[in-house]
Amino acid sequence: MPEVMIITGTRKGIGRYLAEYYTGKGYSVVGCSRSEMDKEIAGYEHHCLDVADEQAVQQMVNEVRKKYGRIDVLLNNAGIASMNHILLTPLATVRKIFETNVFGTFLFAREVAKVMCRQKYGRIVNFATVAAPLKLEGEAAYAASKAAVDNFTKVMAKEVASFNITVNALGPTPVATDLIKGVSDDKMDDLIRTQAIKRLGTFKDIVNVTDFFISKDSDFITGQTLFLGGIS
Amino acid sequence: MRDKAVVLVKEAVSELNEELDYDSLRDVNDQTPLFGGESGIDSLSLVMLVTTLESAIFDELGCTVSLADEKAMSMRNSPYRSVGALAEFIAEKLGEV
Repeated sequence: MPEVMIITGTRKGIGRYLAEYYTGKGYSVVGCSRSEMDKEIAGYEHHCLDVADEQAVQQMVNEVRKKYGRIDVLLNNAGIASMNHILLTPLATVRKIFETNVFGTFLFAREVAKVMCRQKYGRIVNFATVAAPLKLEGEAAYAASKAAVDNFTKVMAKEVASFNITVNALGPTPVATDLIKGVSDDKMDDLIRTQAIKRLGTFKDIVNVTDFFISKDSDFITGQTLFLGGIS
Repeated sequence: MRDKAVVLVKEAVSELNEELDYDSLRDVNDQTPLFGGESGIDSLSLVMLVTTLESAIFDELGCTVSLADEKAMSMRNSPYRSVGALAEFIAEKLGEV
């Protein structure tokens, strides 16, 4: 029986790649985003929802559990960013960032872990960022939200360990997606210079880590945040 | 609705007790203590009970409910204290849906 995976934020960027990659590897993948997919993926099921909408998240997770009987993996990828000086950042922007990045991650992790704890198995991977350890100027709200995800990952890992559920996080460097399209080349070059390995990240770099975290052999790996590119 | 809730709670407790194997949970009735009572269910078992019940409510009644909402966490008389109290709480929740 194929393993069942939920991926959030699958309409574009890293999430879309993850959905294509893991359906290609034989997983039953169910994903979500605020709007419909532009192009369908064979073997992939899509739900339209806001990851911060508690009722909608509960409904989706219940439907997946009822249809597939189990949920093996959660990739909590959905995230938004906003670059701005703190003094020019509206509260509404901060609220939106925390709703998607923190509350969305929390809700999916909580609801999916409820299913995983009954089946006594699960792999949860949250998405952090190098913007947090690098303390990037102009990204206070984004970095703070992802720092929250980092700590949430570590605490949750302890709370669900006895159910044989692992919870880890991946901190990608910038990857060429819409998330960084508003960032100038100069700024991007400065950022990449801070990495031990000085290049943009790729989708392959990301699945290399998610493959490791969700492997059945990684049952002794939990509460870890792995940053790409040599950032720590 | 309360009768249905009692059935669901009893079924969930039986399922949980397949693993726990507590004498006190073999023959359950309204008064059977759950969390914080003599039965000695620990917090992880309570997590299992709540998640089992939320799933059963969705599967059998098609409703999405949270049994660990703010009200449950702050109630002076915990809805998790006995089978009857939990059934009462669920019936109340379902009335709100």
